[in-house]
Amino acid sequence: MSETESKLRVLVAKPGLDGHDRGAKVIARALRDAGMEVIYTGLRQTPEMIAEAALQEDVAVVGLSILSGAHMALVPRVLALLRANGLDDVRLFVGGIIPDEDVPALKAMGVAGVFGPGASTGDIIAAVRASVAGQTS
Amino acid sequence: MLDVPAVLGGDRRALARLLTQIENGTAAAEAALAELYPHTGQAHLIGVTGPPGSGKSSLVNQLALCLRRGRAAQGGLPARAPASVAVVAVDPSSPFTGGAILGDRIRMRDLAGDPSVFIRSMASRGSLGGLARATGDVVKALDAAGFDKILIETVGAGQSEVDIARAAHTTLVVEAPGLGDDVQAIKAGLLEIADILVVNKSDLPGAAAAVRALRASLDLAHPAARRWATDSTGHHGPALGSVVARPEPEAGAGPWWVPPIVATVAIESQGLETLLDAIDQHQAHLRATGELARRERERLAHELESRLRDQLLAELRDRLGPLALDAALNQVAAREKDPGSAARELAAQALRL
Repeated sequence: MSETESKLRVLVAKPGLDGHDRGAKVIARALRDAGMEVIYTGLRQTPEMIAEAALQEDVAVVGLSILSGAHMALVPRVLALLRANGLDDVRLFVGGIIPDEDVPALKAMGVAGVFGPGASTGDIIAAVRASVAGQTS
Repeated sequence: MLDVPAVLGGDRRALARLLTQIENGTAAAEAALAELYPHTGQAHLIGVTGPPGSGKSSLVNQLALCLRRGRAAQGGLPARAPASVAVVAVDPSSPFTGGAILGDRIRMRDLAGDPSVFIRSMASRGSLGGLARATGDVVKALDAAGFDKILIETVGAGQSEVDIARAAHTTLVVEAPGLGDDVQAIKAGLLEIADILVVNKSDLPGAAAAVRALRASLDLAHPAARRWATDSTGHHGPALGSVVARPEPEAGAGPWWVPPIVATVAIESQGLETLLDAIDQHQAHLRATGELARRERERLAHELESRLRDQLLAELRDRLGPLALDAALNQVAAREKDPGSAARELAAQALRL
């Protein structure tokens, strides 16, 4: 762990109103154990709060956990606000209860990856790392 | 890549990027900091430390809200202009993986959406003492970016976090009822660095006892304060929740500051105005007594020395090369030479080169 090593910074957030944050915490913990710096913002974040936190914390990756079914409303809003903040290079991942038929639409919007229940943390870590490979900090 | 004029002009994206580069210790960040340095020295730096669970993040959230709001003059209390606020919150890195979970924003959601507030989470990245190695430089960048007040929240490790006293102008030590007995309160370290003692969660049972224990410890530490406290307020001292105003120093007695004890309930927004008054009084005290300049100089002397040490070590490594260092290490490992002698010989050898 050299002092000048750059760390992958990831924001894990739960937009919307569902109160189940176990999944988000499991992911945050797994990313931490993979050596990343995880900014965990907790429950009931608005898309505005998420985009602002991503800007202030200068994260490379944002992970959203959505179990409420509101992903088709929340995700485009978060993406639009990230872009409005000039954060076009931030990678967005979505996890939670996402029906298979919505995945292509989410990816078409610009979501880097979608993970449902049962996804292995190893796969998620690999996908997060791959999404920023080749980026300079 | 790093846009210094944009940082000075209040561009939040440019600032956020600069902070990342500072954390990563890049050459670009060094250059930017050199340009920013003349613009620093304006902000009031407020350190917040204390054991885990004492409510530091909630307190910082409420302090920032009150600072943003300001206050009209009322009831003999002076007005306070609304201030822009930056928050630097440090959480620990795992010593095994280097990863970290930075959770201080959870308690700071009230501050979202205010363009005059900037919150940055930092991982300690292996540094002990409650702050990250780069925290000082991150604070400098926020200072140069024009924030009036910078709240620095340390890792909640407890007793070893004295670095904050050097980094901040005013240090708050936050305690809560039930976190430890009165022997905890008199252990050296945390209490000695406090400019203001905060008993948070003071609606819980044991709050009065916690205040009493802290006051008793302060009496031991500040004999002059004890004399004053018994003279002016009777045996039990000031009431719970009151700011202990600094008495006027006697002529020739020299300037001194008695850390006031302030009771708060951060999540109920109780005691915050009192706490901010205590912070303002401390700032005025620092200015009036010349203590501000003295502390600043001491902090800069420390920083200069530690940077000089880093530079010299890098230069030494350069001159000696890895082989000489490795050979010396082998001798030390084989118990042929003690580490002290090996270091002395290497240093002497490098200085001759």
